[in-house]
Amino acid sequence: MIYKKYSHWLTGLFVALFMVVCSLSLQASEDEGFNAGPFIIEHITDSYGWHICGDGDKSVTIPLPVLLVDDGHFVVFMSNKFHHGEAAYNGYAMGWGDQKGDIVKLADDYTGHLEEGVVYPVDHVCKFNISITKNVCALIISLILITWIFLSVAKQYKLRPNQAPKGLQAIVEPVIVFLQEEVIAPSLGKNAPKYTPFLLTLFFFILFNNLMGLIPIFPGGANLTGNIAVTGILALITFFVTQFSGKKEYWKDIINTPGVPWWLKIPLPVMPLVEIIGVFTKPFVLMVRLFANITAGHIIVLGFISLIFIFGQMAPALGYGVSVVSIFFYLFMSFLELLVSFIQAFVFTLLSAIYIGAACGEEEEELQLTE
Amino acid sequence: MELIKPSFGLIFWMLLGFGIFFFILAKFVWPVITQGIASRNKKIQDQLEEAERVHAELGNLHFKHEQMLAQAKAERDDILNEARVISEKMKEESKIKADAEAQSIIADAKQAIQMEKMKAITDLKNEIANFSINIAEKIMTEELSDKQKQEQLIEKWVKESNLN
Repeated sequence: MIYKKYSHWLTGLFVALFMVVCSLSLQASEDEGFNAGPFIIEHITDSYGWHICGDGDKSVTIPLPVLLVDDGHFVVFMSNKFHHGEAAYNGYAMGWGDQKGDIVKLADDYTGHLEEGVVYPVDHVCKFNISITKNVCALIISLILITWIFLSVAKQYKLRPNQAPKGLQAIVEPVIVFLQEEVIAPSLGKNAPKYTPFLLTLFFFILFNNLMGLIPIFPGGANLTGNIAVTGILALITFFVTQFSGKKEYWKDIINTPGVPWWLKIPLPVMPLVEIIGVFTKPFVLMVRLFANITAGHIIVLGFISLIFIFGQMAPALGYGVSVVSIFFYLFMSFLELLVSFIQAFVFTLLSAIYIGAACGEEEEELQLTE
Repeated sequence: MELIKPSFGLIFWMLLGFGIFFFILAKFVWPVITQGIASRNKKIQDQLEEAERVHAELGNLHFKHEQMLAQAKAERDDILNEARVISEKMKEESKIKADAEAQSIIADAKQAIQMEKMKAITDLKNEIANFSINIAEKIMTEELSDKQKQEQLIEKWVKESNLN
């Protein structure tokens, strides 16, 4: 009700704010040429500071701690010492070229501005780099947020047992019930209770981080579920859970696949080979699917935003003109991404449940129905 | 290539963070929520069944009540009917009795009237007899006073007796 009353004002405010940001950015980009490629890559990859707005020296960035174990020493300093990769601190600098994204140790413990054109010899790349990067920071924030949300929801069940759900509980409960009844139970059958916590955690982790990634400013905006390391770990956990819950029949089916002509198995074990590769491709596909979907969405959105600056470089008026179209497409993409967030979280959970269910020895017919 | 190169730090934090996250949720959240939902489902199911049972019982009670009411009505009707029959009977009896009484009274009266009548008739007969004797005596004395008339009378009687 309140929202309805003020929605016009809110929309107006939002548009005004956007125009201000646009014009500021346009002015900034006029100084040096705008290059969409690096701009997009910079936004979807990890970084050592959390860039809020602005360019170069005028930018506002939240410095995040760099944590390294180098030569047996624990090294801690804030990322603003790097000055966006233009400075070194105690010999530590942000890598370039092949080492981009890593932290390198320079040959001498050099501190200060890195001049362009000067070659700084690299001693070694810091392998044990557990810096709180932008994605790690986003991970921590989102984990704290979801934990808090779910603990408060769980508290509601304890405070008001057997009552109708209220507030957050009413939002979360239908999703949980849906997952339990439509995804977990059909795929896992009698094993469902054992794997329910993992699958629910998986779903809400992916969903929440997908949604956080859609928020353009600080607590959100990190491309966490579009990061190969994150999706990789999720897929790896599914992989291990699947393998460890594998029953005798699961392994037997891999070695000696039923319902396949014998000549596919006997002289040349084609089918077993395919099955064994399949064991690894399943989690690999899980990893790539989530990563690609989320990253692609971000790239498209950033592409539309980039258009504004590309045209703005030609003529500021053109930039403003294109911004209208771009924002329209940006909104459209955002809604699409909202849908994709749910779909990808659902698909990841569903496929994980099916893989685990198959390993647990659930009946094939039932699985085919759900697929 | 930075895009598809997983970084060690993120893997480390992801494993740690997701591990702790999973531990907390699996220990403090999912059991509570799933049990909460299951218990509520059970409660709703129980209450539905209870409601159904109560409803059935109520129906049964209603039926019994109806039955009792019907029985009471039937009983009342019976009693009323019986009363009516008794009253009818009583009325009938009293009427018969009254009739009989009236009849007897009438009969008595008739008898009395008859008796009175007989008496009166007897009296009247006697009276008339006396009267006629008197008249006859007077006529006789008058008629028989002259000879001619005696003859005429005798003649007439003879004629009449001949005719007979």
